[in-house]
Amino acid sequence: MNRQSNLYTVIYSVVLVLIVGVVLSVVYQALRPKQEENISNDTKRQILAAALIIPENGQSVSDLYAKYITDSFIVNEEGQKVDSNVDPFDVNVSLEVKKPANERLLPVFVCNLDNGVKYIIPVYGAGLWGPIWGYIAFDNNGDTIYGAYFAHQGETPGLGAEIEKPAFSSQFQGKDIFNEQGDFQSVLVVKNGQEPASGAWVHAISGGTITSQGVQRMLSNSLEPYTAFFKNLKQGKEAQK
Amino acid sequence: MNLKKTFLPLFNPLSKDNPVIVQILGICSALAVTAKLEPALVMTISVTAVLALANVIISLLRNTIPTSIRIIVQLVVVAALVVIVDQVLKAYNYEVSKALSVFIGLIITNCIIMGRLEAFALNNRPWPAFLDGIGNGIGYGIILIIVAFFRELFGSGTLMGYQIVPQSWYEAGYMNNGMMILPPMALILVGCIIWVHRAKNKDLQE
Repeated sequence: MNRQSNLYTVIYSVVLVLIVGVVLSVVYQALRPKQEENISNDTKRQILAAALIIPENGQSVSDLYAKYITDSFIVNEEGQKVDSNVDPFDVNVSLEVKKPANERLLPVFVCNLDNGVKYIIPVYGAGLWGPIWGYIAFDNNGDTIYGAYFAHQGETPGLGAEIEKPAFSSQFQGKDIFNEQGDFQSVLVVKNGQEPASGAWVHAISGGTITSQGVQRMLSNSLEPYTAFFKNLKQGKEAQK
Repeated sequence: MNLKKTFLPLFNPLSKDNPVIVQILGICSALAVTAKLEPALVMTISVTAVLALANVIISLLRNTIPTSIRIIVQLVVVAALVVIVDQVLKAYNYEVSKALSVFIGLIITNCIIMGRLEAFALNNRPWPAFLDGIGNGIGYGIILIIVAFFRELFGSGTLMGYQIVPQSWYEAGYMNNGMMILPPMALILVGCIIWVHRAKNKDLQE
């Protein structure tokens, strides 16, 4: 058959695309369970990292998760538990943070540690180049941060990307997100030399100004809807049905 | 068979015909993934695998491909291989796949791959095409690794994530060079490598 003819070209491209399509779908189907497991394990690792649990060599993340995360539920803006068919683990926080506060599903993960019960809250926002997210663990006084974990998709290495390092996230430990009057204040991320006289703040990353501001915005936007839930905790009440 | 001639496609791209510093291809990704050594290594392996396989497949198909759509055929083959590499990394090396993020997908646009397919695989039998793919992949990788070595060492004080510069130096006032982390420094480093390379190989000087 003439290799330059239109018919040959059309048949050739159709056959090629069909073969490639079949190969790709086989590869995708074959690897999908493994990939989904990786993604869910990665999320579990991040949740545990907020409660300062780092798997040691050989420790399985899902075992640790099953051991420490004893409960998880969804609350609404009033701090009441929401009856929902959605697993808190599967709530897509990136979509929730875009909704008005009173429509959001607010997942809470309960972590039982030797030194008390911690409540882990997912946060999500925008950095310089792409999304940033994290998990914040709170003591059961509903105020003090026990640990924080941040991650990013593509912040500048060495600058904005430093938010994922413990050097940055450990600064949040012990910060209170409510002021003395009991109002929500979040945690500010400020430049060296611009520290406010009062309130909770941490140092920003030099050279990563926009990412640092992104962290600050992410915290206030993602944590504020939990105000009622935290206040209930503060008064010693768990979230009510 | 002349052994030296058989393996010419393998060894030539390592220095005399290096894709990055002589052919000046693939500079874009050489800037993007060389801030740390580990992503540079995985990128090297991924590009070498894609390039070798694409070279072999195109070489096998070279007598059937209609000339009017040969670039599209090459793109389809490369894109399919890149998607497979991306999926395999997501399944078996999730951490690194996260670190490389979009750059794996961007292997498709790496000029080295299309360049080698056009220039070599279309006119040669599968075995030399395979060697050419491996050779060019490694030739590309050598430069990536040299650049990443200096950028990670001077930019972060680490190698492969391990701390190399001792804490006492930092206390004595040593500071990581923030410029090393940024892409322009990769360009300057590639320039320095080209300078040294041309100084050693007078026949490459124009």
